[in-house]
Amino acid sequence: MDWGFIFTTSMSAAIGISAIVFCLGAIGLNIQFGYTGLLNFGQAAFLAVAGYGLATTVTTLGLNFWLGIVVGMAATVVLAVILGIPTLRLRADYLAIVTIAAAEILRLTLRSVAFKDTFGGSDGLQQFSDAFYKLNPISPGAYDFGPFKYNEKSWWVIIVGWSLVAVWTLLVFLLMRSPFGRVLRGIREDEDAVRSLGKNVYWYKMQALILGGLGGAFAGFMLALGQSAVSPDAYATNLTFLIYVVLIIGGAARVFGPILGALIFSFLFQFVDVVLDQAVNTGLITFITSTQAAQIRLVMVGVGLMLLMIYRPQGILGDRKELQLDAR
Amino acid sequence: MRADQSMNTSRDAAVAALADLPREPGVSKPDPILIADNVVRRFGGLTAVDVDHVEVQRGAITALIGPNGAGKTTFFNLLTGFDKVDEGEWTYNGKAIQGVPPYKVARMGMVRTFQLTKVLTRLTVIENMRLGATGQRGERVLPSVIRALWSGQEREITERADDLLRRFKLDAKREDFAGSLSGGQRKLLEMARSLMVNPELVMLDEPMAGVNPALTQSLLGHVKDLRELGMTVLFVEHDMDMVRDISDWVIVMAQGKIIAEGPPHEVMADTRVIDAYLGAHHDQSLAEIAEEEGLDVAGEILDTDGGVQT
Repeated sequence: MDWGFIFTTSMSAAIGISAIVFCLGAIGLNIQFGYTGLLNFGQAAFLAVAGYGLATTVTTLGLNFWLGIVVGMAATVVLAVILGIPTLRLRADYLAIVTIAAAEILRLTLRSVAFKDTFGGSDGLQQFSDAFYKLNPISPGAYDFGPFKYNEKSWWVIIVGWSLVAVWTLLVFLLMRSPFGRVLRGIREDEDAVRSLGKNVYWYKMQALILGGLGGAFAGFMLALGQSAVSPDAYATNLTFLIYVVLIIGGAARVFGPILGALIFSFLFQFVDVVLDQAVNTGLITFITSTQAAQIRLVMVGVGLMLLMIYRPQGILGDRKELQLDAR
Repeated sequence: MRADQSMNTSRDAAVAALADLPREPGVSKPDPILIADNVVRRFGGLTAVDVDHVEVQRGAITALIGPNGAGKTTFFNLLTGFDKVDEGEWTYNGKAIQGVPPYKVARMGMVRTFQLTKVLTRLTVIENMRLGATGQRGERVLPSVIRALWSGQEREITERADDLLRRFKLDAKREDFAGSLSGGQRKLLEMARSLMVNPELVMLDEPMAGVNPALTQSLLGHVKDLRELGMTVLFVEHDMDMVRDISDWVIVMAQGKIIAEGPPHEVMADTRVIDAYLGAHHDQSLAEIAEEEGLDVAGEILDTDGGVQT
């Protein structure tokens, strides 16, 4: 067992591209679910719409990269409005059903043969990220900072990604300390009470859905740019659930919850993988193969989430007393 | 003493204005703030509300009473826009407001509370209060990001909220989560919060339900204060004893219709009201009824009696 290797790969993963994607996605979900109480089970769809908005504009239509970013953001807003109009007047669980279904419809449409010329079918789209990497000021090579080992391309993605996380975290902090944030938290507690105080609850929920969707859009951009490709199956429902896991580990309705959750989750996800892999290869564990080991970590995510919900449902940053008020 | 005197004058004014009205359901008032016509709400085959005409006098405390299932809360929900009518129209301050969404109704100054108290559990008491203020610049998404744009207004709101909390004796709980308050304190908070909207008409849905007797007196006092401050109060209650003490006028509902109106002591003596509450045979012994109509009816009367709270 090479513990030094296990540690450096796990630490690198903790700040890597997938951590950034989970973090930005969870920041968006935090606005929707954590603060406003909207059960959005289709966050993956917001990532997909943004990623494909960018990729389709650049690769399929041959237009400018920055126009692609604008198209991706506009498409996310449109998706939020389409999902919100029929469901936000109804009880919370309807939004959950509609969003989870919409995310799957969207994924199946993107990978369909009918739209292969536009969206690239199950192969997805590539070659839209050149403009992004041209901006990279870092000269080619591998760079190590302590346990973090990446090449110049990955470092560029990481720098841009965590800067976006910083901007979004600041934005969430500013929004949630304001009277606007107070209305959102009020809606989470009891929307009829907020309505009886003269607030247009429907419009506030719509704004929360759009804002959170835009958080997801930036996650989608980072996922697309980090891999220099979009492929439909990267946006399956389990992406949404992993984002939920990240948010709940860190603590919902906490400004720094998504960051902490993303770091810890990404570290552990990689750590378990590498440890199991090495244990199998060095003969420490004999009853499973290394292919099975890769699947076992997903089982462990499930078990870990269950333990978390039983023993620390408020997440790491949450306040258990606050959560228990609901039980009264 | 002075508070007592002013209370008497304000109450006297309300009582005097209503004194000479005929004691008939749907009677027109000298200065109505709310007028409703032909309001009908059906749930499938059941007509929950079927009100021909009713007016609520400005500046008075009007009680809407009736036995369980009379349609009082449904009528409340309709008037405030929380439920949709099948037929009917009503005006508030002369403006037709049927079909107006609840948040706009509230902004017009017609604010309600709920039978099952709706405090915002995981917000502190003071945050609950601040949320009640209308027209906050910081509640719009773009200005909310820049504190300087709303901090001044927030200070004014907080001052007003603190004044109200002191009046309702909740100032010691200022920083506590609303979810940690007792049932009675929640009722107080909900009433205080509704005042943050600066209402003209306060609609209280069973303000006394589930509150211990000691706190009931304090709640009644606060309701009377609302009238002193120039507000109109319409409240739902099914306990007639509560109503007698504080209301200037009583409207009685049974099976969705307005069956009687009048000052509290007269309404209580009205045979239609007593029948609605206690059943038409309440003054006969069970044995007599059993003789007349058979044992099934006796069983029915027992049910009706059990439903009346004291």
